[in-house]
Amino acid sequence: MAVAAMNYEGRVNVGRVERWLSMVAGGALAAYALKRRDKPGGAVALAGAALLYRGATGHCDLYQQLGINRAHGNGAREFGTGVIADRGSDTREQLGGGRGIHVEESVTINRPLSELYRFWRNFENLPTFMNHLESVSTREEGISHWVAKGPARMSVEWDARIINEVENKVIGWQSLDGSTISTAGSVNFGEDAHGTRVTVHLQYNPPGGKLGAAIAKLFGEEPNQTIREDLRRFKQLMEAGEIPTTQGQPSGRKRRPSYTGTKA
Amino acid sequence: MKAVCWEGRGDVRVETVPDPTLLNPRDAIVRITSTAICGSDLHLYDGFIPTMQEGDILGHEFMGIVEDVGRGAANLKKGDRVIVPFPIACGHCFFCMHDLYSCCDNSNPNAWMAEKFYGYTAAGLFGYSHMLGGYAGGQAEYARVPFADVGPFKVPDHLTDEQVLFLTDIYPTGFMAAENCNIQPRDTVAVWGCGPVGQFAIRSAYLLGAGRVIAIDTVPERLKMANEGGAETLDSMDPDVFYKLRNMTGGLGPDACIDAVGMEAHGPHLDYVYDKVKTMTFMATDRISALRQAIHACRKGGTVSVPGVYGGLLDKVPFGAAMNKGLTIKTGQTHVHKYLPRLLRYIETGEIDPSFVVTHRVSLDEAPDMYRTFRDKKDGCVKVVMKPH
Ligand SMILES: NC(=O)c1ccc[n+]([C@@H]2O[C@H](COP(=O)([O-])OP(=O)(O)OC[C@H]3O[C@@H](n4cnc5c(N)ncnc54)[C@H](O)[C@@H]3O)[C@@H](O)[C@H]2O)c1
Ligand SMILES: [Zn+2]
Ligand SMILES: [Zn+2]
Repeated sequence: MAVAAMNYEGRVNVGRVERWLSMVAGGALAAYALKRRDKPGGAVALAGAALLYRGATGHCDLYQQLGINRAHGNGAREFGTGVIADRGSDTREQLGGGRGIHVEESVTINRPLSELYRFWRNFENLPTFMNHLESVSTREEGISHWVAKGPARMSVEWDARIINEVENKVIGWQSLDGSTISTAGSVNFGEDAHGTRVTVHLQYNPPGGKLGAAIAKLFGEEPNQTIREDLRRFKQLMEAGEIPTTQGQPSGRKRRPSYTGTKA
Repeated sequence: MKAVCWEGRGDVRVETVPDPTLLNPRDAIVRITSTAICGSDLHLYDGFIPTMQEGDILGHEFMGIVEDVGRGAANLKKGDRVIVPFPIACGHCFFCMHDLYSCCDNSNPNAWMAEKFYGYTAAGLFGYSHMLGGYAGGQAEYARVPFADVGPFKVPDHLTDEQVLFLTDIYPTGFMAAENCNIQPRDTVAVWGCGPVGQFAIRSAYLLGAGRVIAIDTVPERLKMANEGGAETLDSMDPDVFYKLRNMTGGLGPDACIDAVGMEAHGPHLDYVYDKVKTMTFMATDRISALRQAIHACRKGGTVSVPGVYGGLLDKVPFGAAMNKGLTIKTGQTHVHKYLPRLLRYIETGEIDPSFVVTHRVSLDEAPDMYRTFRDKKDGCVKVVMKPH
């Protein structure tokens, strides 16, 4: 993570940058940042962290945030920030009692709420700012097919269905039973003094083995950061109409490409 | 094209690189007619700013003729003569909407990196490290300008390049520094640093109603230039700067103090040696004797305005003095866009002719020599303007 995770192709003086970082960020963050980079295959570490997280917090309010039902009845009864759908959509069941990784990230966007909601609700738009997604297509009402770029040109695919939807408020989704990946998520929209607040909750549980490692990589070694970058690009696209880049600009580097640009 | 590239500490070279192209819809390409070296470039040259990479194209004070425009920057057309503000701003985020252009949320492709250092990112800048965007700069024959419908500012033909070039940075920077002082009629303003930023701060302070400006530096020709701008002067290597300021202000201290020196201050006191050792051994990132002195000297309830650039962690900041004297501290990269119409008007009406700072006019090829001359304050050098075409 952090500076260490940059794609250093050039002879940047990593040592100096790290030292600077550790001075600036203070011991804890830096130590964390630097230690994390040595961890191989993020999956194990992450699962561990997630378990720790759950251990520490006890029963999390995930379902509330994901808008997932514990009660009977259908229709959209509001429940906290989420909404009630039908019983079978409990991610805790699907994710084996709520194990896995949970991420929450928020961004404030200076655009009308309804415009942001509409853009997001059209899932086909998601790959324009979610770099790890290749495509999302709608199969039938409420069911969509997701294709993500995995490492080594391996792509990971799954079907998901909308388990929860309140216009201009929340969209919740969940992978179908038997998918390669167990994932559930929601995006909440709310008015804020400085614009529209968009909050994403994402939970996923990578299976074991090679595929699991691939999926873990998909969401990055730091899933929080991955989602944060997605949301940042969403904001840039909606506010500025384009995502800033330096990719393709000239430099005096003969062969070595720049080590920065848009973070995956 | 030819471009001035950073190749390491104390090492810039003119290299042949590919021409820039439009990369985003709101981009424009500018053929550069004049481009300057800034005191901020010296912080890169001296290796004080992290996340530079060999081959990075330098330069953030440039102007020229629009050569190509993306479909998202329709207010510009080929042939327009523009100056380009050094911060890159989208024009639509909360910060841009509040005139805080240098805090733009959407212009740094490496925002995550700046967040590690600063909590939140500021705007991307031209030619100013990867943490602040990694954008190729304008000490080159051409530059790609993102968000070109917001940044580039058309200038009238009857004004020369040298009269309008400094609208890109140092004139608004000096002006914002003075504006941040909240000057009341007849106030005394002390300015540390008589480089180009200090020079514009001095003149802007008078323009905003200061009764008296006291300028502090040690380079004779810079002090002379400050004096020509109406300032009284003090030698920064004089250990008695504080006492002299106090006596000059009837025991009160200046109403406002401007630090136009930044992170590489020199000084006559032991604290300078201390900073030097600490920065050399990576235990601090900035040398801050000017800032310390400004806080120490400022009158109670006064303002310390800091246009000088700081990068990271400052050691031994006299914050107790700031707190107990009830000081206001104001700082920031300049929100250049905000000031352009007003400052252009001052130039057009003859209130100021910014070309007074220029001491060296050279071709791009002379950049390596000029960086050295400017850094060492040799040859009377105050401001270098390069002519790539
Ligand atoms: N805020 C902004 O947006 C912005 C824009 C441009 C420049 N800057 C910064 O402003 C500062 C000045 O820029 P410049 O182009 O004038 O640079 P410069 O290097 O030409 O001038 C700095 C001057 O400070 C003097 N100095 C050094 N130590 C001193 C001390 N202890 N007391 C008094 N004077 C001292 C030097 O002799 C020199 O004349 C730099 O830090 C630069 O990065 C900030
Ligand atoms: Zn500058
Ligand atoms: Zn902006």
